[in-house]
Amino acid sequence: MLLVDSEKCIGCGVCEANCAFGAITVEDGCAVVNDSCTLCGSCVDTCEPGALTLEGGEKKALTNLGEWSGIWVFAEYRMGKVAPVSFELLGIGRNLADQRGVPLSAVLFGHALNDAAAELIASGADTVYVVDDPRLEHFREDVYGRLLEMLIREHKPEVVLAGATAIGRSFIPQVANILNAGLTADCTQLAIRESDGMLLQTRPAFGGNIMATIECPYSRPQMATVRPKVMVPLEPDPSRQGEVIKVSPPDALLSSQVEVLETVIGTEDNVNIQEVEILVAGGRGLENEKGFDLIRELADELGGAVAASRAAVDSGWIPYPHQVGQTGKTVCPKLYIACGISGAIQHAVGMQSSKTIVAINRDKNAPIFDFATYSLVGDLFEIVPLLTEKIRECRKQ
Amino acid sequence: MDILVCIKQVPDTKDVRLDPKTNTMAREGVESIMNPFDRHALEEAVRIKEAHGGTVTALSMGPPQAEAVLREAIACGADDGVLVSDRAFAGADTWATSYTLAKAAASLGSFDLMLCGKQAIDGDTAQVGPGLASQLKIPYITCVQKVREIENGFMQVERMMDDGYDVVRLPLPALLTVVKDINEPRVPSLKGKMRAKKADIRCCSAADIMADENCIGLAGSPTQVVKVFTPPPRGDRTVFSGTLEEQVMQLVQQLKTYL
Ligand SMILES: Cc1cc2nc3c(=O)[nH]c(=O)nc-3n(C[C@H](O)[C@H](O)[C@H](O)COP(=O)(O)OP(=O)(O)OC[C@H]3O[C@@H](n4cnc5c(N)ncnc54)[C@H](O)[C@@H]3O)c2cc1C
Ligand SMILES: Nc1ncnc2c1ncn2[C@@H]1O[C@H](COP(=O)(O)O)[C@@H](O)[C@H]1O
Repeated sequence: MLLVDSEKCIGCGVCEANCAFGAITVEDGCAVVNDSCTLCGSCVDTCEPGALTLEGGEKKALTNLGEWSGIWVFAEYRMGKVAPVSFELLGIGRNLADQRGVPLSAVLFGHALNDAAAELIASGADTVYVVDDPRLEHFREDVYGRLLEMLIREHKPEVVLAGATAIGRSFIPQVANILNAGLTADCTQLAIRESDGMLLQTRPAFGGNIMATIECPYSRPQMATVRPKVMVPLEPDPSRQGEVIKVSPPDALLSSQVEVLETVIGTEDNVNIQEVEILVAGGRGLENEKGFDLIRELADELGGAVAASRAAVDSGWIPYPHQVGQTGKTVCPKLYIACGISGAIQHAVGMQSSKTIVAINRDKNAPIFDFATYSLVGDLFEIVPLLTEKIRECRKQ
Repeated sequence: MDILVCIKQVPDTKDVRLDPKTNTMAREGVESIMNPFDRHALEEAVRIKEAHGGTVTALSMGPPQAEAVLREAIACGADDGVLVSDRAFAGADTWATSYTLAKAAASLGSFDLMLCGKQAIDGDTAQVGPGLASQLKIPYITCVQKVREIENGFMQVERMMDDGYDVVRLPLPALLTVVKDINEPRVPSLKGKMRAKKADIRCCSAADIMADENCIGLAGSPTQVVKVFTPPPRGDRTVFSGTLEEQVMQLVQQLKTYL
């Protein structure tokens, strides 16, 4: 419960202004909390007089925390390759494991896995648990979930990380639920707290307006899905040594009534905008489908791909898989060029962690400029072709 | 087909912006709305009911004012609305929410199909749907962009993946979470609005759904928020000046590392 100490409260209203949920009002000079309170705690930190406190329900550890040790990464394997995010997870995982003084393991499910296990070792894993079976050729929530659950129960890792991808975000919640474990979605930062070795998981919340740091004090494993392109992979070292452990699970775990009948690959240009390094994004300012040809040319010149705002997707100028934002994808490329996008918060949350952001908009007050590293105020129909041309010239030199 | 749709009331973030001066959230006039993804889940449920018969029940966990989204659901074609509301639910993370919704669903009887939105736009976790299915021990598929057919106790759906889609067949009862591609939600009819006005929204407490107090609210949540902060603003902003051509040239200079 959120408690207000009426002696200390000065009725300044800072908590009211900060509450994302409209759960606090100042009445008669004192803060009053209503039922919309989600106990997120953002008000507690901003209350200078210290009048607000969160009183937690008494809680006991559900498991003997000391029994759990080691950092695990779920290595996602689809269409004959390990997803890039899995290598990124090994990068941060290595870091966490070294801090904790524990091994780093990868878990790999699939069929015809080629040398995926060796790649994972080269990228930082000490151990790779492999389940190679024809029934794992396609991703199925229930089968993947049961296998991971079985391995976790057997080996008791303290941390389990997976990519915040379609696959990771689909089956990891099921595993966390069955294991009674805490799971933080879509993290952008992970760290170990030195004093007690707890995993601190930071993620954007409430449409990216606030960041929240989350921990799992009473349960194990501590689970998190991590946004692609945020963590940095290690330089692969083929001489690294590691152990590959083949696991043969009981048949019952591998069979399911769920059946993948067909896999259809392809957004129109066959790219996943979450995995490319350069994105050129277009919004309503592009005016029509043809506008996208303009930015596609720029994207091609840069070796990148095309993304879009919801307004552009809703207008039917480009299909939904290209949409960036709250109801689309979250991307974090090295370079994001926003053309004719106003920068509504729902769009910004999907792209604001990009390394470099360029905004092109004729309205100098467009909110996109608040997020942009480089701002160009002007007509995109003049700027974009010019930019494409200059880049082309520059690359020829 | 008896269908249960889980609907969350969320703050409408359309007008929410960070005040660049104080770095606090400008929240004036932010209203509560039905989570946009849940609108698509509801529409799909109503369409399935129209094609196969049965009932659609909308379920929400939230404060008393969340009743509004259930009335809206009825206006858009749901037969019934059930609100689970109790101060003891406050502070629930996705684990405790999944548990609570599962207890509520079980207390309502049995369903052939449960539908959720892909994610709620306030938390963006996308964890409640899979968590709920796992609590109820039924199969589930996330990010469904199309229901192809329902026949003989099985359904065939398209699941959106990062690189395309999978066509999946699964047995009922099952749970699906849906993306907005799946349909175009209807606007409520006049008749629906009338019905919504008069409808009895059932309200259940933690005791009514026989929830274990250790599994709900803050006590039932394995994750705890320990710190909330505003992301630091980007420090590195450049606005170019000069003619357009000069500006573009300056930009190209800056982007050299990417070329
Ligand atoms: C619940 C919810 C979820 C949402 N989710 C998303 C989401 O996931 N992703 C998303 O993008 N949006 C989302 N939105 C919508 C969002 O609020 C905005 O409406 C949307 O992002 C606007 O798109 P836009 O910037 O392309 O269009 P507009 O806001 O119309 O902006 C167009 C911009 O182009 C500029 N312009 C026009 N012509 C030119 C020209 N010739 N040269 C230069 N500049 C020009 C204008 O100055 C303007 O700033 C969501 C909204 C809600 C309510
Ligand atoms: N409190 C709630 N009441 C009803 N449904 C909910 C609630 N929270 C989440 N859901 C459902 O679960 C989906 C995913 O939510 P989330 O995991 O919070 O992103 C939503 O789209 C809803 O369908």
